[in-house]
Amino acid sequence: MEAGEAKSKKAGGSRLCCICNQRRPVLKRPKTLQQICRECFYEVFEEEIHQVIVGNRLFKSGERVAIGASGGKDSTVLAYVLSELNRRHNYGLDLFLLSIDEGITGYRDDSLETVKRNEVQYGLPLQIVSYKDLYGWTMDEIVKMIGLKNNCTFCGVFRRQALDRGAALLKVDKLVTGHNADDIAETVLLNILRGDIARLSRCTSITTGEDGPIPRCKPFKYTYEKEIVMYAYFKKLDYFSTECIYSPNAYRGFAREFIKDLERLRPRAILDIIKSGEDFRIATTTKMPEQGTCERCGYISSQKWCKACVLLEGLNRGLPKMGIGRPRGSGNDQKDTKARSTAKSIESKQCGSLEF
Amino acid sequence: MQLTLEFGGGLELLCDSEKIHKVNVDLPNGADSDDFTMTHLLSWVRTNLIKERPEMFMKGDTVRPGVLVLVNDCDWELSGQLDTVIEDKDVVVFISTLHGG
Repeated sequence: MEAGEAKSKKAGGSRLCCICNQRRPVLKRPKTLQQICRECFYEVFEEEIHQVIVGNRLFKSGERVAIGASGGKDSTVLAYVLSELNRRHNYGLDLFLLSIDEGITGYRDDSLETVKRNEVQYGLPLQIVSYKDLYGWTMDEIVKMIGLKNNCTFCGVFRRQALDRGAALLKVDKLVTGHNADDIAETVLLNILRGDIARLSRCTSITTGEDGPIPRCKPFKYTYEKEIVMYAYFKKLDYFSTECIYSPNAYRGFAREFIKDLERLRPRAILDIIKSGEDFRIATTTKMPEQGTCERCGYISSQKWCKACVLLEGLNRGLPKMGIGRPRGSGNDQKDTKARSTAKSIESKQCGSLEF
Repeated sequence: MQLTLEFGGGLELLCDSEKIHKVNVDLPNGADSDDFTMTHLLSWVRTNLIKERPEMFMKGDTVRPGVLVLVNDCDWELSGQLDTVIEDKDVVVFISTLHGG
């Protein structure tokens, strides 16, 4: 009895959930600092995402939507919540899981097993596309050739196009990714740190690529990472959480750590950074890169060749430093008919982003 | 005192890839059982369980920002964080959020 009382005291027992005023709170919301119980947490968490989807008109009834699924916490929670909301609110969506196999032994092969379990658990059809099939190289082979410097550049550039190609294979109308509020705040900071004005102006958009055939959107744009992880923990969702063996992306790591430090002092900082990103106005005198298409594969590019083609050319010619650093397009034309024919139909966004 | 400590979100890799540790923690000499807080537990964990890269788990005298802590399935931000008193049979969960999604 005594122990029971002490325990309830420890858990903020004298206080009750600020929403239902009945149950014991289990979580302090970073967004509002409210103390809420598990049941109310599930409700507000799901309802806020529903409001973001409805308020921003992310989907139309009858659409086919691919969920970019890595097996990690964000995409696992996204797949779970989206299929739940689709049922509950009759969105009328056909949902699919889309995974990229970068070819990283001991990392991606394990996380793909998680996605395969999700396929069964949530009843969503799964499509996997691999770097090996698309580009002829696995990340293991790329790292063997170029070492552990710049490997994240290759992976990021290739992944962006791979998702578009996978989405084209599934013939979906939209691609959703699990980017959360923390990720977006981090990307705003990174784009400032890199002076990347073009990406700064679009990285906070909830939907991007609407001019292309496969728009992308981020239903978790305003969802805190803490709540995603808490949700996954309380719901006992099956996700994979090992850091990529070829990471760490040091620069992004610093930005991430900085955001987490800020969050500890003032959790609202994350939403405020997103707000700042949204409200930036780019001076009309700023020269923006002109959008064109890659001469080789037809993907959107501001250069003669898109970044993926430049990087691939470097790999195939044994000059892996090509395309690292300042972008430039050059080199001999090397026919890649498969890439060409698929890419034609999936032009959507400038490549070279480390998003996803 | 007997405790169940659980590591998730990649933190298990720092302690022999074991997620769940049932441990027996001795109170510091002369300490009353009411005095044993998360501060003490963290330093015990760091000394006794974390085998590599302690900087992934702690920063200064607390957990690294981005590591979530639950005591008996309740966010430690509700129970005073480092001042949370830990008792026999408690379950403490540490989950890192610092991995890809």
